[in-house]
Amino acid sequence: MTIAFPQPDEAVLARRKEIVEGLGRLVASEALIVTEDERRAFETDGLTAYRRMPLAVVLPSTTEEVSAIMRFCHDHGVKVVPRGAGTSLCGGAIPQEDAIVLGVAKMNRVLDVSFENRTARVQSGITNLGISQAVGYEGFFYAPDPSSQLACTIAGNIAMNSGGAHCLKYGVTTNNLLGVTMVLLDGTVVEIGGEHLDAPGYDLLGLICGSEGQLGVVTEAVVRILRAAEGARPALFGFSSVEDAGACVAAIIGAGIIPVALEYMDKPAIQICEAFAHAGYPLDVEAMLIVEVEGSDAEIDDMLRRIVAIAEPFRPKTMKVSQSEAESAAIWKGRKSAFGATGRVADYICMDGTIPTGQLPYVLNRIDEIVKSYGLGVANVFHAGDGNLHPLVMFNTNVPGEMEKAEKAGEDILKLCVEVGGCLTGEHGVGIEKRDLMTYQFNATDLEQQMRVRGVFDPRWLLNPAKVFPLEGRLAA
Amino acid sequence: MTTHTPRDEQDASIIIREAADKGMLLNVSGNGTKAAMGRPNQTDASISSSAMSGITLYEPSELVISARSGTPVLEVMRVLAAKGQELPFEPMDYRALLGTKGEPTIGAVAAMNLSGPRRIMAGAARDSLIGVRFVNGRGDVVKSGGRVMKNVTGLDLVKLMAGSWGTLGFLTEVTFKVLPKQERMATLAIRGLDDKQAIQALSMALGSPFDVNGAAHVPDRDRRGGTTLIRLEGFRVSVDYRMNEMKRLLKRFRFMDLLEGVGAEALWQSVRDATLLTDHGNRAVWRVSTAPTKGPELVAQVAQGLDAQWFYDWGGGLIWISTPIDGDAGASVLREATRTFGGHATLVRAPAEIRSTLDVFEPQPEALMTLSRGIKASFDPAGILNPGRMYAGI
Ligand SMILES: Cc1cc2nc3c(=O)[nH]c(=O)nc-3n(C[C@H](O)[C@H](O)[C@H](O)COP(=O)(O)OP(=O)(O)OC[C@H]3O[C@@H](n4cnc5c(N)ncnc54)[C@H](O)[C@@H]3O)c2cc1C
Ligand SMILES: Cc1cc2nc3c(=O)[nH]c(=O)nc-3n(C[C@H](O)[C@H](O)[C@H](O)COP(=O)(O)OP(=O)(O)OC[C@H]3O[C@@H](n4cnc5c(N)ncnc54)[C@H](O)[C@@H]3O)c2cc1C
Repeated sequence: MTIAFPQPDEAVLARRKEIVEGLGRLVASEALIVTEDERRAFETDGLTAYRRMPLAVVLPSTTEEVSAIMRFCHDHGVKVVPRGAGTSLCGGAIPQEDAIVLGVAKMNRVLDVSFENRTARVQSGITNLGISQAVGYEGFFYAPDPSSQLACTIAGNIAMNSGGAHCLKYGVTTNNLLGVTMVLLDGTVVEIGGEHLDAPGYDLLGLICGSEGQLGVVTEAVVRILRAAEGARPALFGFSSVEDAGACVAAIIGAGIIPVALEYMDKPAIQICEAFAHAGYPLDVEAMLIVEVEGSDAEIDDMLRRIVAIAEPFRPKTMKVSQSEAESAAIWKGRKSAFGATGRVADYICMDGTIPTGQLPYVLNRIDEIVKSYGLGVANVFHAGDGNLHPLVMFNTNVPGEMEKAEKAGEDILKLCVEVGGCLTGEHGVGIEKRDLMTYQFNATDLEQQMRVRGVFDPRWLLNPAKVFPLEGRLAA
Repeated sequence: MTTHTPRDEQDASIIIREAADKGMLLNVSGNGTKAAMGRPNQTDASISSSAMSGITLYEPSELVISARSGTPVLEVMRVLAAKGQELPFEPMDYRALLGTKGEPTIGAVAAMNLSGPRRIMAGAARDSLIGVRFVNGRGDVVKSGGRVMKNVTGLDLVKLMAGSWGTLGFLTEVTFKVLPKQERMATLAIRGLDDKQAIQALSMALGSPFDVNGAAHVPDRDRRGGTTLIRLEGFRVSVDYRMNEMKRLLKRFRFMDLLEGVGAEALWQSVRDATLLTDHGNRAVWRVSTAPTKGPELVAQVAQGLDAQWFYDWGGGLIWISTPIDGDAGASVLREATRTFGGHATLVRAPAEIRSTLDVFEPQPEALMTLSRGIKASFDPAGILNPGRMYAGI
């Protein structure tokens, strides 16, 4: 266990009974979770190596209830950890013993859809996929598509500014969010943005997006919905070197083509995924690209022809342009099973750094060296178009010390990302996981400015504390 | 009045720190082509980015460009064009509308969150702005974001700086994500629709799978009809196909033309820069943002109370309205309309006397103003940077 948690506030722990009773007066009894057994479901998120039992869990159903809970916590000095579905991979929704968890998962309704204005107003606990399903009957969808979209909520997406495979073309959450209803710590309800573009004044919406539950609790959101393309089809290329694959990515983009997805897999990832999904991936290559384009059949044919011509000078060993729905599904099945398939062969931690794409070959070679120096293995699957890496550092939990080694290797990899001009996290967030690395990317002045802004919303640091900023840092704010 | 023209970030930091110590108010500018926008402010000195020019990083295959804030927009565009790329958000040029001269700077594009017709698809400047360096009101040099497109490390101060009109910090360097310039542009023009029908047509076009990236409606003088514009861009084959589908989709609107080439480009430029309204030389100009389907109703309400001229961009969601400059230049009527239909109105052009007595930006609820004041103080505790330019007290 290498990530530190702050000491819980004994005075708050001692008042647990009183706090629970107070909350009990604000919500129906089934919305308040107090027994140890039931609280256990909330003691961790997607970063399961760490867990803390929360003081209590509240699952309100309305913005008014959220407001009442927040005002109560504000008045009683109780910390609040906002939570969606708990799929955060950086420990963003992990509780503390002296904090309550405020979960929005019950607030999962679609409130209003306007196809003419291309917007949907939803409660924030709706799942990402739930939004697309609600508007799918008219051919519309909500674009940012994290791999966790079946489970994760729009609240979590907003807090993490989540992205997915299609972000190269459609952008991430912040580019698809028009408005929020948010409850401030003192219970004040604010509306920011709405069905229109570009709210007046400071870009508070942009600030809230990616703020990891530090500024308020989002209860509703207005998102852009888009009409889906007529069709989409992938092609698969296998290369005999990392350099060729990297150069091919640069050449595609340099030629003015922005594919809807551009995914990279290295040799270990190809082998792991192929063994699981039998997708027909080439096993004799060092790197593989999946390039997907959208449009009508004629447009897709035209675009894939261009892409094949661009790829040829890089001597691909395999070139497979999908000819059918079934082939497309197979190609994606392999890629989409990467996390699950890796989980079957080893324990792993999934890193999430971003680099300038020109540094791809250098960084991949360095990652390999770093991980090997700890005696571990690594598989790489990631969004190549935007340089968002996801090295899966593999280890064996049953070997004492291996997890700590994996964490160390992960840390070295993230530092490497910063060194080459990238950043610590492209989509998973800082949470507790990368909190102590923030000083590698930002100097003290940069961090202070961020913390001062945070302090405007929450001067006492009661909202999701011990996340994002180095523990000792907050004292300066 | 002293005008400081720092050569670099360090210089700027010293100037601003000194000003903060003495409580000297600073006007923040690029080349001042938009000095006539916002609330007029009274300052003791000014700081301009005009001596801080030059592109600092350009990687075409990574779709990223960084430039010092005083770099002319024109230079950025020229450098991008040489590699077949462009700023995707199509920033507008206010010079014709405001009657100003000089070279607009890239820092001001970020500071004002400028964007044009392609905003409906490509987003505003803030959506492409991925990194900034700036000097805050304490004189501290701060960076936020970086040079990679995906970055969720810490609070997104880049977004706060975008559209802050120089009130939070003096930008020294900005980094934008860029996109390839499209091979072909074609515009479908439908004639004779009234506002409501036009917005219906635009909504149908934007709700289709054919990637519309420009959608405007310009009513005729007599308001009996107008020209409705739908723009498609992309590879040749793709534009041909989508244009045919678009015509089929909208066939019930009948009277259609296909516009291409220089004329069509000039037309979109006049939509972008709102020069369609400049012939009303001495009138006020407002920029209203609302839900597209609310546009025609909002305009109808405004036109009942005022002698207004207008056109629509962003599928109906952006309405440029000109009003007479007497009295409050239409402020009360416009604010009433945005209250009724949702959205917000910004006074873009009006004599300084009017801009100093009115809210230039849509007034915000007290809770949001409190947050905005807090944010201002967290960047600029002495309140020396562009005081009052956006809101009184900010
Ligand atoms: C298998 C798997 C694949 C994943 N793939 C991706 C991917 O492709 N792209 C990607 O970006 N992420 C991915 N993730 C990470 C995770 O799914 C996202 O970060 C997601 O947005 C979290 O949503 P959630 O509802 O689970 O939020 P939670 O985990 O519950 O919370 C996440 C953060 O949001 C805050 N929060 C929650 N609700 C609110 C609220 N109402 N108001 C304010 N703050 C709130 C929490 O405090 C916390 O900081 C993946 C995770 C898993 C397990
Ligand atoms: C040939 C040409 C074509 C153009 N085409 C386009 C186009 O296609 N798209 C487009 O968007 N625009 C275009 N423009 C216009 C341009 O985007 C803006 O008008 C320009 O950026 C304004 O710059 P300025 O320096 O004159 O602003 P100023 O009037 O000096 O400043 C405007 C505002 O920004 C703030 N500000 C200025 N500099 C800073 C700074 N360094 N830090 C913090 N705040 C600052 C000021 O305080 C003020 O509030 C074009 C310009 C030219 C010359």
